[in-house]
Amino acid sequence: MSSMIETSPDQPRVWHLEEEPHHAEGHSTPLGFWMYLMSDCLIFAILFATYAVLGDRYGGGPDQKALFDLWLIALNTAMLLLSSITYGFAMLQMDKGNQQGVRKWLLITAAFGAAFLVIELYEFYHLIHAGYGPGRSAFLSSFFALVGTHGLHVTFGIVWLFVLLAQINKHGLTHSNRRRVETLSMFWHFLDVIWIGVFTIVYLMGTI
Amino acid sequence: MATEAIHDPTFLFGKLGWHSIPLYDPVILGTFVGVVVLGSVLVGALTYYKLWGYLWREWFTSVDHKKIGIMYMVLGLVMFLRGFADAIMMRLQQVMAFNGSEGYLNAHHYDQVFTAHGVIMIFFVAMPFVTGLMNYAVPLQIGARDVSFPFLNNFSFWMTASGAGLTMVSLFVGEYAKTGWLAFPPLSELSSSPDVGVDYYIWGLQIAGVGTTLSGINLLATIIKMRAPGMTLMRLPIFTWTSLCTNVLIVASFPVLTATLALLTLDRYVGANFFTNEVGGNPMLYINLIWIWGHPEVYILILPLFGVFSEVVATFSAKRLFGYSSMVYATICITILSYLVWLHHFFTMGSGATVNSFFGIATMIISIPTGAKLFNWLFTMYRGRIRYELPMMWAVAFMLTFAIGGMTGVMLAVPPADFILHNSLFLVAHFHNVIIGGVVFGVFAGINYWFPKAFGFKLDRFWGLVSFWCWVIGFWVAFTPLYIVGLMGVTRRMRVFDDPSLHIWFIIAGFGALFIAAGVFALLMQIFVSIRNRKALAVDGDPWDARTLEWATTSPPPDYNFAFTPVIYNVDAWSDMKAHGYSAPTSGFKPIHMPRNSGAGVILSGIALVLGFALVWHIWWLAVVSFVGMVATAIRHTFDYDRDYHIPVETVISTETSRLAPAGVSSEG
Repeated sequence: MSSMIETSPDQPRVWHLEEEPHHAEGHSTPLGFWMYLMSDCLIFAILFATYAVLGDRYGGGPDQKALFDLWLIALNTAMLLLSSITYGFAMLQMDKGNQQGVRKWLLITAAFGAAFLVIELYEFYHLIHAGYGPGRSAFLSSFFALVGTHGLHVTFGIVWLFVLLAQINKHGLTHSNRRRVETLSMFWHFLDVIWIGVFTIVYLMGTI
Repeated sequence: MATEAIHDPTFLFGKLGWHSIPLYDPVILGTFVGVVVLGSVLVGALTYYKLWGYLWREWFTSVDHKKIGIMYMVLGLVMFLRGFADAIMMRLQQVMAFNGSEGYLNAHHYDQVFTAHGVIMIFFVAMPFVTGLMNYAVPLQIGARDVSFPFLNNFSFWMTASGAGLTMVSLFVGEYAKTGWLAFPPLSELSSSPDVGVDYYIWGLQIAGVGTTLSGINLLATIIKMRAPGMTLMRLPIFTWTSLCTNVLIVASFPVLTATLALLTLDRYVGANFFTNEVGGNPMLYINLIWIWGHPEVYILILPLFGVFSEVVATFSAKRLFGYSSMVYATICITILSYLVWLHHFFTMGSGATVNSFFGIATMIISIPTGAKLFNWLFTMYRGRIRYELPMMWAVAFMLTFAIGGMTGVMLAVPPADFILHNSLFLVAHFHNVIIGGVVFGVFAGINYWFPKAFGFKLDRFWGLVSFWCWVIGFWVAFTPLYIVGLMGVTRRMRVFDDPSLHIWFIIAGFGALFIAAGVFALLMQIFVSIRNRKALAVDGDPWDARTLEWATTSPPPDYNFAFTPVIYNVDAWSDMKAHGYSAPTSGFKPIHMPRNSGAGVILSGIALVLGFALVWHIWWLAVVSFVGMVATAIRHTFDYDRDYHIPVETVISTETSRLAPAGVSSEG
């Protein structure tokens, strides 16, 4: 706001502008949401740090090589990365003002996100069923915390996505709804970035 | 102990049962009866005078940053009375428990009291006070109509209140943690603390933590985005600068607390092994993580008060603040350095000489920018026309007290000295010296300074003076003995003592606590007497001949703060406006765009309280229901697109005319 006009202590005083400074609804949302993402990023930073400290404390239990199926994770990663691309397509449709296109691509994004979650839940179920739940070793505790927190974020993102779809159905691509689509887009890509860290540090470095 | 009996959890009530109510403890029972009686009187009075509707419409659901700021201050004051009661109980116990006496508190209860005292004073007293001052003053100081996210502000407040509420419930239903205020494992693990105390601790802090983080983001966005035209960063009032840095610290450290407590939760609820001593768990990891949050936290508390002192010293010395830029850079230095010193809280853990040296030196370096600030205040006073109004007295008391606290801090920063002083009453005396001498004195300076801005009348001087002297004398009488016995090696958190030669020191400390109690009483009297005499104490917009923008509007300010946003040309905007003959405009008013009130924040936080309670007691069905309820309420709120309105021009005109009617704003022209 203040950057809009430059003043100096030496100039004659005009106390008020002709046009009152106006803060449109949502003017701070991108900045505020960006700061929220950074604070969320810190939560993941702590979980990564915990994994870095505890990731080789197997407590006599299995290690990464014994537990992870890299092909399954590759498939999983592909689902999430594809969902980011399809979200990008939804954004392109929004720029064209094509409400049908936005809805279509958001639904496809949700489908990819759900596929990611299903595969992750399958992996968790498989591990816990075999007796390697979060209590088995400090390694598994930190693994479940990191990957599970990411999974929770994706779950929340999908819920948000459907809420947004309902809002677009109700009000169309209004100014507020465009802002919401953009905000969710930031969230969705952020989760992708985090996942690339998870994939690299937990799965690739653990098994290769 | 009644709680040692094994009780199987039931579906309907989880671990909760009649055995959870501590009827066997006369101290708690007496308190409970007192709270019920007083609470009923309060509720009855509010109902009798038909005030619920007014409170709901004008306060609880308000998104006005000024009202939310005041609600934070009220929350802080109420919780302060609770935390102070804990302090008095500990002092009394330590006076009594000599010469074979066990005192009047059993170990089970005493351990809860010192834990609750620490948690409440930091999270539910100091934090609400600091957030309240920032919420009230920052938007006014930068010429904004409100914060960036007004609804979020209301929600943040209620989440903080909800966390405080859950912590208070633990007093009468079940028990609180017996672990000390940071709940170090393995003591806080299920194997050593199977009761609900640590769970109350965790969920109380997690709920309040949501509010704190969101409020940090909100104020950051406000300071970055909502400044008046011409107000560059280097023209911000110092209080706003310190608030900016504090909120950076909040956003960059509270997530660490959230994550750390979440890991402890997983240990306790799903049998994970992060911080246990089994299958690879590492308790020292928790201690590192919690202090990575904990050290920035102490600067979160003190930085805004450094800002308050800067405003107060400049105003009451009738001079521009000495070394504005150095003050800004010192604040930024402290902000960065506060992340590089966490390990000094556990030098004795055994990280080795190299690591300890790094953190010891980094800690000592912080005293340089802090010292620079102290000299800036002194040079501001030098050859100033000093008026010893109440805020200024608190500021001077702060400088004297805090300097000593800072010096003992540097002593503790020397690792070999810390090996002797670690965990002793010397440490307890040190951090009370900086927190009472810095944060509490600063909050009182801030309250006395901004009270006339918020309510349009000054606080009573006589009772203010009584409170001031009782506090300052009481502080030194209460904590000097702790420095002395701490140097002798007495450890903290002791319930009974064997060595009769120490008795006299604890008796002196007890007298100090009585002095402080008189100071607290005088504070309450000051508020009461001032409200009664409000007509005689009434002031105009600028009672202190102050320098920053918040004094350019009326006291109390209208809902919209400024009818016309002023253009800023210099540091100390209001001084500049007065020097150049500013007068408030009398015509050309327009409707003003404002955010609309919302009850969603109260409802969400109320459900969060139920959710926290259900999780503490393992009442899983209630936890699921309340969680779903929270999500549904939040989603419902996002379907509300009608979030703002315009104050009609007639209202603006009538408000502005009435403000100019009584002899104008005297200090203009």
